[in-house]
Amino acid sequence: MAKRFANGTLALTGLDLDVRPGEFLSLLGPSGCGKSTALRLIAGLAAPSDGRVRWDGHDRPPRPGDIGFVFQEPTLMPWARVLANVTLPLRLGHTPRGEALDRAREALALVGLAGFERAFPRELSGGMRMRVSIARALVMRPRLLLMDEPFAALDEITRLKLNDDLLAVWAERGLAIVFVTHSVYESVYLSSRVAIMAARPGRIVEDRALAAAYPRSAAFRHGAAYGAQCAEISAALGRAMAA
Amino acid sequence: MRARLVGWLLPALVGLLALGAWEAAIRFLDVPPYIVPAPSRIARALVQDWPILGPALVFTLKIAALSLLAAVAGGGALALLFARSPLIERSLFPYAIILQVTPVVSVAPLIIIWVDNTTAALLICAWIVAFFPILSNTTLGLASADRNLSELFRLYGASRWQTLRYLRLPSALPYFLAGVRISGGLALIGAVVAEFVAGAGGRESGLAYRILEAGYRLDIPRMFAALALISVAGVAIYALLAGLSHLLLRHWHDSALAREE
Repeated sequence: MAKRFANGTLALTGLDLDVRPGEFLSLLGPSGCGKSTALRLIAGLAAPSDGRVRWDGHDRPPRPGDIGFVFQEPTLMPWARVLANVTLPLRLGHTPRGEALDRAREALALVGLAGFERAFPRELSGGMRMRVSIARALVMRPRLLLMDEPFAALDEITRLKLNDDLLAVWAERGLAIVFVTHSVYESVYLSSRVAIMAARPGRIVEDRALAAAYPRSAAFRHGAAYGAQCAEISAALGRAMAA
Repeated sequence: MRARLVGWLLPALVGLLALGAWEAAIRFLDVPPYIVPAPSRIARALVQDWPILGPALVFTLKIAALSLLAAVAGGGALALLFARSPLIERSLFPYAIILQVTPVVSVAPLIIIWVDNTTAALLICAWIVAFFPILSNTTLGLASADRNLSELFRLYGASRWQTLRYLRLPSALPYFLAGVRISGGLALIGAVVAEFVAGAGGRESGLAYRILEAGYRLDIPRMFAALALISVAGVAIYALLAGLSHLLLRHWHDSALAREE
């Protein structure tokens, strides 16, 4: 696929990416390398200038709810309580009210926010708002979850905790995740595969599988294998940026 | 608590001091009440002339309230129409601006000639002044929904109606309410100005007519009393609408939070 913006900038070129069911794929690269654009193309929020997105091998677009999206900001509706924010995708899909509430409570419990249903977004911390945003993305039981630097604005302690919790959710739900980040350490900790991207024009320069077994935890983060892997990916990223 | 004390007490103190100085100056300089009446004299006029001023106040408030309601309905409906179709917005918005920038004093005589019923003519004049802030604010608000949220709605296949109901209307609410607050004051001004132009008395007349009438009779204290009533009415309308806005936004909007913390 390729994407050229209306102002002529070539944001992405020669993007050929196959996301497999159940994998955790990180798009890693410097800012301006088109990782967010790639995510928007996959979601169908933008149309490629060239090429196409195939879903299950068909040209049909996915049904609403097959794809969940988590933005860089929590992007909650400030006027609605947590529960109403999480039920939103279900309400838009005309799910009966009772079922919608049950599923929203379940999703909130999954991200560790049981008991906060009645809160307004502004009453929550940044990390908790991001959890609400993830619960909202999960409530439709998507098969693919797209995340656009979701933890970039959070402090490190919160980010590490959310990384662990995201892995737990991923393991439980068995969905595929495409995770955009500019952090080598985050991508190595989370992913089963990393696609390294370079800028001007945006493209994928290396695509690597990470062998380390799940579940990963603090022990993995402090182990030698993790360090070596990070060094390797950093070097690859360095090459990508020099190229 | 301290902030509230300062917020209320200081202006009240300034007001009392000013009134005291006014009273003292009138007595000390022996100014006759037909030039400038003392506050005590105005207060007496307010009480003595209440049988005349009271109904006038009610009438003016009625015009202001009805025209504000009509402005909310008209401005809101037009903003929704604009949100629905940019083509309609581009064709009609310039005329809304023309209506807004033409001083109501200059249009009022025409309206009063065309419309037989004085009350209806006053209503139309006040409406013309009041509706624009609601229209322009609501139009802006409906277009100000968070972009990422809009994309989320698209991702989940939201219909136009759902996007309006769950996203654009709530996003527009703070803007709309700010417009209503401005329009509340303008509706009162419109009602008063139109009545000055109409200059009509009779069974039903408002504070503006009472000011004109008192002026002809050189009843200066009554003029001041009517003026004070208009000011108090304006402040009351503003306070009422600000309270309503706070009530509706208190859980989520930044403007309402600043006051709580």
